[in-house]
Amino acid sequence: MNVLLDNFPEFRDGFIGTVSITAVSSVIALVLGVLIAGFRVSPVPPLRYFGTAWVTLMRNTPLTLLFLIFFFVVPEILFPGMSPFVLGSLALGFYTSSFVCEAVRSGINTVPLGQAEAARSIGMTFAQTLQIVVLPQATRSVIPPLSSIFIALTKNSAIAGAFSVAELFGWQKLMSDRGYDIVPVFIWVAIGYLIVTFTISGLFRLLERRMEVAR
Amino acid sequence: MSASVLYDAPGPKAVVRNRIYAVVGSLAIAALIAISIVRLADKGHLAPAMWDIFNYTGIRQNIADALLATLKAFGLAAIGSLVLGVVLVVGRLSDHKPVRWAATTFIELFRSLPLLITIYAIWVGFLTDYSMWALAAGLSVYNGCVQAEVLRAGINSVPKGQSEAAYALGMSKTQVMVSVLMPQAIRSMLPTIIGQLVVTLKDTSLGFIILYPELLQTARLIASNTQVNGQYPYVSTIVVIGTLYIAMCLLLSALATWIEKRGRRAKTGIKVAPGAPAAGIPAMEAVPGPDAGGAGGAGPTADGAGATGVTKD
Repeated sequence: MNVLLDNFPEFRDGFIGTVSITAVSSVIALVLGVLIAGFRVSPVPPLRYFGTAWVTLMRNTPLTLLFLIFFFVVPEILFPGMSPFVLGSLALGFYTSSFVCEAVRSGINTVPLGQAEAARSIGMTFAQTLQIVVLPQATRSVIPPLSSIFIALTKNSAIAGAFSVAELFGWQKLMSDRGYDIVPVFIWVAIGYLIVTFTISGLFRLLERRMEVAR
Repeated sequence: MSASVLYDAPGPKAVVRNRIYAVVGSLAIAALIAISIVRLADKGHLAPAMWDIFNYTGIRQNIADALLATLKAFGLAAIGSLVLGVVLVVGRLSDHKPVRWAATTFIELFRSLPLLITIYAIWVGFLTDYSMWALAAGLSVYNGCVQAEVLRAGINSVPKGQSEAAYALGMSKTQVMVSVLMPQAIRSMLPTIIGQLVVTLKDTSLGFIILYPELLQTARLIASNTQVNGQYPYVSTIVVIGTLYIAMCLLLSALATWIEKRGRRAKTGIKVAPGAPAAGIPAMEAVPGPDAGGAGGAGPTADGAGATGVTKD
């Protein structure tokens, strides 16, 4: 208990750090993921190849390596002196986008064939079919896998702590450097993460209930 | 180009439009790549000297040692996680309430914590001088929990008649588990199990944080200790090491896909679960609780293969 009480400000900052990096990366991952999924089902071959290459690369690269790329290579391409928080969110968002993309793609596959055919038969274009008919229905079946993807994202955000972003893992490191016993520190950090992950799964369960439609 | 569900076979107008999109899209992508390359070249990251360092025997030796270290940790973690997975799933399906309860708690707890936190705690708390064992232990605990859930889904997917028939023959619960359920569960879930092993392989890179000299740690050491023209060769080192990782993961994924295809052809009547790389636990039954793979989704995802012909690679 002492560990938490004596270092509560740092713990609070760490917790807020974890929540904010998770939130920012989630938005990046969602936007990119849906976009790339659109690429992968589009009638334009180069975009399809790009989407496939993107997913293959991002999925088979360890996240830690991606963090290295973002912290040592990207600033060289853009401009030096970007904040660790921004770089970390980008790395997490890019990495997770490939998983979001695949979830959305399998969601599109669950929409009955007739729906897309009907949309086309009344003369909708590819973009309209996707926006008005397919994606809204795909959303429902995408929610459960998305929930586990975002929980994975929360857990992966710990890696950002090793790259000097203030979050819970950073707090764990700080405490063990200050010589506290690791067991209570571990328990507090675990509780912090569990709060975030349970909130996410709760939110998604709510969403699922809200979106339930008789089929 | 064949038509998919989402769009008709394109007419003349659409062909033109798609071509325009294709050209614009390709140009945009090419421009992005070109800008990156030009920017890196400007800073001297693509100079031949930067890449020449990989011709030094010392550096080659370093990378070979690191590769071996990564594979060692991966081998230990793979064996550890599979053994633990079997133990946990047996515990989870046990007839004794306390055993069941303990296994379930263990699985739920360690599955919903960041792997890094676990590894770090084990390293600081118990195995400070043995970073390889700390890494292997952390990986085994986390991935063991995931593998246990995969096996449970596999056991639940074996038709009920199988175990009923085995009990009718007078087999004990252990015999039923060992000789009837497990073989079929493992066989049907093999692609998913290997998919999780790919995740395990990727996660060995977390050894970087506890200073275990695996590939990534070595990459950082090489990049920060060699100076070329007054610069550190981060870009070339990352490209080389990244290629190694991607090659290893793709090999494992290819193995999973191959086994899956083979399984579909087999006449055993055991359905093989879809095992695209990092495919999750198939939705034959919802897996409760927050769950997701260490470095990616292992969740109840539907099989993303072209059920409606929407997906095309």
